[in-house]
Amino acid sequence: MLVQSMHFKQRASEKLGDALLQGNMRKAKGKFVDGRAKAVAEFGVWEELRTHAAKIRDRAIANLDAYLVEFERNATRRGAVVHWAESAEDACRIIVEIALQNGVKKVAKSKSMVSEEVNLNERMEAAGLQVIETDLGEYILQLAHEPPSHIVAPAVHKSKEQVADLFVAAHGKPRLTEIPAMTREAREALRGHFLTADMGISGSNFIIAETGTTLTVTNEGNADMVTTLPRIHCVITGIEKVIGTMEDFAALIRLLPRSAIGQTITNYLTVTTGIKMPDEADGPEQMHIVLVDAGRTRLVGSDMQEMLRCIRCGACMNHCPVYQNVGGHAYGWVYPGPMGSILTPAYVGLENAGDLPNAATFCGECAVACPVKIPLPDLMRKLREQQFDRKLRPWTERAAIAAWGFVATRPGLYALMSKLGARVASWMGGREGLIHSLPGIDGWTKGRDMPAPAGRTFRELYKRRASHRA
Amino acid sequence: MGARENILRRIRAAQGRTGSEPTEAEMALVRETLARREIGPQPAFAHAPDRLAQFRKECDRLGTTHATVRSEAEVPGEVARYLSETGLELRLAGWREYAGLDWPGAGVAFEGRPARDGDATGLTGCFCAIAETGTTLLLSAPETPKVTALLPETHLCVVHAARVLDTMEDAFALLRQEVGEPPRSAFFVSGPSRTADIEQTIVIGAHGPYRVHAILIEP
Repeated sequence: MLVQSMHFKQRASEKLGDALLQGNMRKAKGKFVDGRAKAVAEFGVWEELRTHAAKIRDRAIANLDAYLVEFERNATRRGAVVHWAESAEDACRIIVEIALQNGVKKVAKSKSMVSEEVNLNERMEAAGLQVIETDLGEYILQLAHEPPSHIVAPAVHKSKEQVADLFVAAHGKPRLTEIPAMTREAREALRGHFLTADMGISGSNFIIAETGTTLTVTNEGNADMVTTLPRIHCVITGIEKVIGTMEDFAALIRLLPRSAIGQTITNYLTVTTGIKMPDEADGPEQMHIVLVDAGRTRLVGSDMQEMLRCIRCGACMNHCPVYQNVGGHAYGWVYPGPMGSILTPAYVGLENAGDLPNAATFCGECAVACPVKIPLPDLMRKLREQQFDRKLRPWTERAAIAAWGFVATRPGLYALMSKLGARVASWMGGREGLIHSLPGIDGWTKGRDMPAPAGRTFRELYKRRASHRA
Repeated sequence: MGARENILRRIRAAQGRTGSEPTEAEMALVRETLARREIGPQPAFAHAPDRLAQFRKECDRLGTTHATVRSEAEVPGEVARYLSETGLELRLAGWREYAGLDWPGAGVAFEGRPARDGDATGLTGCFCAIAETGTTLLLSAPETPKVTALLPETHLCVVHAARVLDTMEDAFALLRQEVGEPPRSAFFVSGPSRTADIEQTIVIGAHGPYRVHAILIEP
């Protein structure tokens, strides 16, 4: 996906004025946030499970090389071919080569965020392949030529009227008004593609070292079609997805659907190991697994290593007040919300995504919601510190923070400045006790008045009260 | 140096280890950890006192309808009842292990072959079921094609009560015990397919079946 994160501020402003988006985000928030809360309340040992999950994810990352080698050994033993891709370009090249070498004309894809990272669809189409997205949300976006705005609900920003218009243009049938009918029309449009695709491409929510297994966690059934019907199955996934055992999967799958959408389990878990056996009735003849680095190894052993625990549930963005109000497209790349604020700078460069770690109030909702206890606000704060050290913020911001730091580390000066500030602000409030415009930051007072402070600092008042008592 | 070596070398360097290949000792340690098969915290309802009641309750939550019969011999009758009540043709593609049941007696046309696009109803069994989540686990093998549970609009699934387990961990343990390692496809089915990609409105019946009906055999 094209990086547009450097335009965050401008896009965020535009999105705040987008009434349709605001309505869609409100609806989605109710469903995702309330759904998760209900599921968590019913669970009982949720916090214990989060701790266990963080532990097993950390264990895999601490032994990432050994886990990947064990995965490769078992997957190869079962007939899969394991490929290693250092960069986005490598990943695309490998998959396009597999397709061309095998006379593939049509590719059916189930959802993969890694494939968005590496621009796989674009590269495949440039090589003359027909690529069909089969996840309903991704299919809608493919028709709209738009990127996803959420990692679990990619078309969350679209209304049903917009979808109806897209379907009329693409399917040539009479315009529909009801959602079930639209879903049915998409089912029928895509069914034929499942049956005639030469190659199926899927992501993998996790890969299991002990068995060489890849797997998808879905509700629609498209990932099953894509991994069962075509003669070649290609998996594209990040190297950080590796977990140890099937039992680790059983633990993580209790967290993932609940955190994402408040479901106890998704309709389908497609646990896939190797190729079809000679006498089996269905399954692919060839299986290729492309393990993608594309910046992940830079996070290993770094300040940001905990981010590699991420299981891509989307809970952080669902709970983020900033994301809830500007939506995913403002973030300008594959991953929005808090996880995007950390991964985007990590993968495309802090200098290209500088506003993202600053688009946070550090309310901490994301940290509480994260099923694997990634300390998201702490990581965002580290990125802000890195920006300050590397002088990546505007000089006005840096000067203001430096001035604040200067005053805050000198208690006498701090006390003097705050006494002065309290008196000036109180005077600015006038008889009404309201400040209508704050100099330099008048955006804050554009839509509201600031109540004027009392005119004395807390410490002055406290001292006065203490001396009255004495 | 190939991509594989570069990636492994970078990982190892970042964690204070040299070289581009884990040592035998490192691999042995990792394999030992994996072999422990550590199980995490499980919710209380994962070990419900009445396992079948828990299974049925979770089926209700996800939209899997269910009925109970006393033996496999009664399955064709239940299938006929379900299909007529649902307004569907009395015809299906099914796993061959059920070919010997009295389908003609129940008036159902049974074809023992993998389902094709266009088949309205598919009948499968399952390797086992999981009560915690109302899930059936189907393993791929020559006589148990996955397409029969995936392509038709209606999926009928025979579940023996004795094969209903508490948790997914139990299912994996049974799989290891009876099959060794997972086959090409270990397909966990929990209800009919769904999507909420348009305005977060849940629609039952996306690409997979619109209906899943579990036929529990409880002698």
